[in-house]
Amino acid sequence: MAAYAPPARYREPSIWALYILGLLPGIYAFYLGLTDQLGADPVRTFEHSLGIWALRFLCLGLLITPLRDLARLNLIAYRRALGLLAFYYVLAHFTIYLTLDRGMILASIASDIFKRPYIMLGMLGLLLLIPLALTSNRWSMRKLGPRWITLHKAVYIILPAGLLHFVLSRKSFTLEPAFYTGIVILLLGYRMIRPALMRRKADKRKFVQPQQSH
Amino acid sequence: AAPLAAKPSAYKVADKLTPQKDVTTYNNFYEFGTDKSDPAANSGKFKPRPWTIEVGGLVAKPQTIDIETILSSFPMEERVYRMRCVEAWSMVIPWIGFPLSALLDKVEPLGNAKYVAFQTVVRPEEMPGQSGFFQPINWPYLDGLRMDEARHPLTILATGLYGETLPNQNGAPIRLVVPWKYGFKGIKSIVKITLTEKQPPCTWNILAPNEYGFYANVNPKVDHPRWSQATERRIGEGSGLFGGKRIDTLPFNGYADEVASLYSGMDLTKYY
Repeated sequence: MAAYAPPARYREPSIWALYILGLLPGIYAFYLGLTDQLGADPVRTFEHSLGIWALRFLCLGLLITPLRDLARLNLIAYRRALGLLAFYYVLAHFTIYLTLDRGMILASIASDIFKRPYIMLGMLGLLLLIPLALTSNRWSMRKLGPRWITLHKAVYIILPAGLLHFVLSRKSFTLEPAFYTGIVILLLGYRMIRPALMRRKADKRKFVQPQQSH
Repeated sequence: AAPLAAKPSAYKVADKLTPQKDVTTYNNFYEFGTDKSDPAANSGKFKPRPWTIEVGGLVAKPQTIDIETILSSFPMEERVYRMRCVEAWSMVIPWIGFPLSALLDKVEPLGNAKYVAFQTVVRPEEMPGQSGFFQPINWPYLDGLRMDEARHPLTILATGLYGETLPNQNGAPIRLVVPWKYGFKGIKSIVKITLTEKQPPCTWNILAPNEYGFYANVNPKVDHPRWSQATERRIGEGSGLFGGKRIDTLPFNGYADEVASLYSGMDLTKYY
C-alpha cells in the first residue's frame, strides 16, 4: 500500500504554484502597508505577519512526514518549497526588524540581540536556517549524502526556537501562541513516537504477509 | 459615542495628537479579545448605560454613584496626555475627565486608607473575551494606586476622548488615566472603587509578578525582562510602513517634574 502522490506531470507546475501562493500573503501585507491599511502600527503588524507565516511554513514542512505515515498522502515533493518559503519569510521578518522597526540603529540592535532571550532564539533560528536553505538543492543532497539528512535535522531545533521566539515576544500566553505551541508539540511529539510506530508497522507487515499468501 | 463638552485644561502636552481612528481601533482590552483590533470589533453589544460605580471601603460616606450624576456633578476637562504602553508603543490622546481626587473627596477617605483599588465590570454576555474556553486573565480585571498617586492632580477618571463620550473599546463609560504609568494601569469600565489599608492586587502583577510591578511607572532605564523599554514607537506617525520612527521613552513618560517626588528614596528597579 504505497502512499498517494500527485501525478508526476503536475509536480513541477504545482511546486511553482506553491511558491507563488506561498509568497502572496507577504506581498499582500506589503501592499496593505504601502497603502496604509495595516492599522495603527503598520510596521509591527507587517513584521509579525512575516514572522507568523515563517512559523506556519515551518510547521507545514514538518507535517509532510506524518501525512505520509498516517494519511497515506505523499507530498514530499513540496517539502523543499515549504522550507524555502519559511526561510524567505524569516529573512524578510529579520530585514523589517533591522530597518523599519529598529531603524538600523546598530548599537540598540546589538544590545537587543545579546540581551533578549526571545531575540537570541529568533537569531538562532535564522542562522540555522541559512545552511539548510543553501543545501536545499539536488547537487548538495548528492554531495552530502547521508550527512544531508543529519544536517537537515536542525529543523528540530529551528522550529522550537521559532515558536519560543514568538511566544516570548508576547505580553501573555493567549490563544494564538497556545495554538501554535500545541501544533509544534504534536509535530515534534510525533517524531518521538515515530520509530516505535514504524517498527510496529514493519513487524505487522512481516507477520501479516505470509498469511495473505495462502 | 455622543458629544461631551469639556473646558480646556493646563495639562496639555505639545506633541501631535494620535489620530482618533488609531486611538479607537488599536486597543488592549482583553475583555473583548486579545488582539488589538478585537476591542473595536467585538464591543458593539456592550451597554455602558445605565451604569453605577460603587465607592466604598475605608471611607466615611460609601455610596453608589450613577454615571449621569458623575457627568453632571464634576466639571469635565480636556487633558492631552501621552500614553505609553508596556509593549513599547505610545499615543497622544485628548482625554475628557476629572481628577480622581474630586471623587475621593466626595466619599471622605478615613485616616487609615492608604490605597485605592479598582475593579472592571464582568459581563461575559456582552464581553466576548470573558467567555470561551481559553481565558488569559481571571476576571474581573483589578488594579490599584497608592493614595498619593490617586490624589495626584494628573490622575483622572476619563469619561471621553476627542470631544465625545468614551467608545466602548476605550473603556466606556468611565476609566482611569494615570499618564506617568504604563497603559495597563488605566483600568477600564470601572464598577467598583475601594479604599484599603493594604496594597490591592493588580491583574498583570498577579499574572507575571517579575514582569509587571504594582507601580508600573514608565521607566526607560528599567527594561521589561523580555524587551527594552528605552524607546517606543509613536502610533499614527508617518503613513503606512514608512515614516514612523522610534522615539526615546522619557522617565515617568515625561511627567517626571510633576511626579518623581512621589517616589523619592525608592529603588525604582525594585519597585517597578
